[in-house]
Amino acid sequence: MNTVETNAIEVIKLKKQFGDFVAVKEVSFTVHTGEIFGLLGPNGAGKTTLIRMMTTLTPPTSGTAKVGGHNVVSDANGVRHAIGVIPQALTSDPDLTARENMNIHAKLYGLSTSDRERLVPQLLESVGLTEFSDKLVGSFSGGMRRRLEIARGLVHSPKIMFLDEPTTGLDPVSRTAVWEMITKLKESAGLTILLTTHYMDEADKLCDRIAIVDHGQLVALDTPIKLKDSVPAVDIVEAEFENPPADWTATLEKLKGVASVAGNEDFTHISTTNGPLTVRELMDTARQRGVNVRRVSVQGTTLDDVFLYYTGRQLRDAASETMKRDMSHLYK
Amino acid sequence: MKFQRISAIIERDMRKFFRSPALMMSSMIFPLMQLIVLGYAFGGKIKGIKVAVVDEDRTTYSRDLRERFNAIVAGPETMKVENYNSVSDAIVDLRAGFVRAVVYIPVDYSRRVDQGNRPQIAFIEDNTDNFVTSEILTRMQDLVKDINQGLNPFQPGQRLTVPLPRLNPLVNLQVVELYPYIEYIKYLLSGSIAMSIFIVAMIGGGITFIDDKSRGLHEGYLVTPITKTELILGLIFSGAIKGLMAGTTITIIGGLIAGIDRLWDPVRLLFLMSVLGITSIAMISFMFLLMVRVSDPLVPRAMFGVLNTLLYFPSGAIYPVEGFPVWLRWISYIDPFTYAVHALKALLLKNTGFSGIYSDMLILTGFSIVLVSLSVALFKRQI
Repeated sequence: MNTVETNAIEVIKLKKQFGDFVAVKEVSFTVHTGEIFGLLGPNGAGKTTLIRMMTTLTPPTSGTAKVGGHNVVSDANGVRHAIGVIPQALTSDPDLTARENMNIHAKLYGLSTSDRERLVPQLLESVGLTEFSDKLVGSFSGGMRRRLEIARGLVHSPKIMFLDEPTTGLDPVSRTAVWEMITKLKESAGLTILLTTHYMDEADKLCDRIAIVDHGQLVALDTPIKLKDSVPAVDIVEAEFENPPADWTATLEKLKGVASVAGNEDFTHISTTNGPLTVRELMDTARQRGVNVRRVSVQGTTLDDVFLYYTGRQLRDAASETMKRDMSHLYK
Repeated sequence: MKFQRISAIIERDMRKFFRSPALMMSSMIFPLMQLIVLGYAFGGKIKGIKVAVVDEDRTTYSRDLRERFNAIVAGPETMKVENYNSVSDAIVDLRAGFVRAVVYIPVDYSRRVDQGNRPQIAFIEDNTDNFVTSEILTRMQDLVKDINQGLNPFQPGQRLTVPLPRLNPLVNLQVVELYPYIEYIKYLLSGSIAMSIFIVAMIGGGITFIDDKSRGLHEGYLVTPITKTELILGLIFSGAIKGLMAGTTITIIGGLIAGIDRLWDPVRLLFLMSVLGITSIAMISFMFLLMVRVSDPLVPRAMFGVLNTLLYFPSGAIYPVEGFPVWLRWISYIDPFTYAVHALKALLLKNTGFSGIYSDMLILTGFSIVLVSLSVALFKRQI
C-alpha cells in the first residue's frame, strides 16, 4: 500500500535549535490517516515547536516532515492547503464578528462566494454559534472563541487538523464540548487529528495513540492502554484502619505484590503491581488480626503514572527554572 | 499572487477601522489642533513692541527723523515709541526688558548731515528674541531708506526740494509679489495634512500591527496559504486607504479653517487626492519597514514622538529647508514628508497643477517601491 495514503503525517528526524538550545531533538514518528494522535508533555517540552514545524510556521533546523504527502520545507504551500490549524493562542480577531472571521479566512483559502455562503453558516451551526454569528468575537467566552477557531480551521475542508492545546484555559463544560467536537470530527469527516495537551485525562479520552514528549524528545509512543500496561507497579491501594497493631506496616509490606507502604498507621498508601490481589490479601490479613478496615480503594494506572514513569517528573513540576528557560525560546 | 487574498486583508482592516472611530479621531484631532494653535501663535503680525528713542541732537534734523520714524511706526503699529532723555536710562530699561530696542540719535547727527560726513544713528537691540528683532530691523531699514531718499546725494547737507533728475544713482528695488499674502496658518496647512497621514500610518501600520502580532492574531493568518507579498500589500493598501481618508478630511477641514481660496476646485482636489494617495502609500510602507522585525508592542509607542519630530520638522512644513544645516538637510532629503509637504504647498498655496507636483510624486512613488520591496524581503513569514 502507498505510504502517503496510510500515513497522514511522517516526521523524519525533525530538529529545531534556537541558538545553543535544542528545542526538538531529531524526532521521528508517523501519524496514520484517520487517527487522533496526541503529543503529551509539560510546558516547554517542545510540543508547540514541533507543531509549528509541521504546520510550516517555523522552519526546521534539520530533518523534514511530510504532511498530507507534502514536504513542509519544499512544498510549504501544499501543506498549508491540506491542513487546518488551531494555534495555542486565540487567533480569532476580537474586533470582527464570528461570520467576518470565518469569511476572511475562507477568502484567504480562495473559497468562492457560493462556497462561503454555503459553508460558513453550516460550520457555525456545527459549533453551536449560529445565534452569535453577527456578534463581535471580543464579547465571546474563551470556549466560544475556541469553538469558532475550530470552525474557522475547517473552512477549507482540510484533511488534517492540528490543535495546539485546544482546551487550555477552558472551564470543564467548554472542555467537554470541545472534546465532543473533536470526536465528532474524526468520525464524521474522517479527519486525521494531531493535538497537543498537558492534560492526561484529555489524552486518555481522545487519542488513539499518544507520544510523550520531554526535553525535545519522544520518550514513549503507543496507545493509551499499552502505555499504561508498560508501567510497572503503579496500582495504588488506599486504606484506612481502626486500631492497627504496632507491626502493621511491616505486615502490609509482606503482602503479595506490594512494592512500598507509605503514610501512618491510620491511613495508608500501598503501591502494588496488582491492586485487586493486594486488596484481597489485605482484607484476609485484617480479618485474621482483628483489625477493622474503615475504607479501602484501588486506583488503577493513569497516564499521570505513565508520564511520571517516562519523564521522571509530574506535570506540576513544569514551571521549574529549566522550564522557564525553555519557554523563553518560544517567544523569541 | 491572488487579489482575493489581498482584498481579504484589506476588508479585515477596513472593517476594524470603521468599527473603532478612535483611529480616525486621533488622526484628525492632533493635526488640526496643531494647525490652529501654531497657525495663530506664529501667524499673527507682531504689534506694540516698545522702542526707546533718545534724541541728544535736538535739532530740526533730528526732529524730522523722529517724525518720519513715528510715521513709519504708526501705520502697522509694530512699535510703540517711548521718549527717553538719557541713553543710559534707555539701556537700563532695555536690559530690564521694558523696551526691546533703543534708537539713539547722537549729538553730532545734524552736524554730520550738514558736512556729508556719514551721519549715524545707533540701533541697540535686545537680540534674545529673533522674531521681534527681525521685525524691528525691517522697520528701521525702511526708516533709513526713507531718510536717505530725503537727502540729496549730490550736495551733502542740501535738502531735496525738487525730484531728483532722471539719472538717479540710487537703485530702487521694485518688489513683485506673485501670489497674494500667505498667512502662516496657510503655510502650515500642508504639514498638518501630512501629519494626519503620518498618524494613521503610525497607529494603523505601527501600533495595531504590532499589537495584532503580539496578540497572536498573525499566527492565524500565517497558517493559511497567504504569501508574505500578499499580506504586506494587503496591509499597505488598507493603510493607504485610511491615510487617504484622513488626509482628505484634514485638507477640507483645515482648508476651511485656514481660508484656502477656491478650495472646491475639482481639478485641484483631484491632484490633491493623488498626492495624498501616494503620500499615504509612502508613509505606510516607511512604517512597515521600520516595524517589520519588531514584536514588542512598546516599541512603536516609544518611537511615535521620535518619528514625529524626525519626519515633521525637517520636512519644511514649518520652516524652509533652505535654512537648515547640512546634516538636517540630508534628513529632509530622505524624509517622505518633505516631498508631500512640497507638493501640497504647490497645490494649496500656488495651485500649480501637475507641473508643480510631478517630481514629488515621482520621488514618492520610487520611495514606496523601494520600501515595499525591502519590507517584503525582510518580513519573516515564519515564527
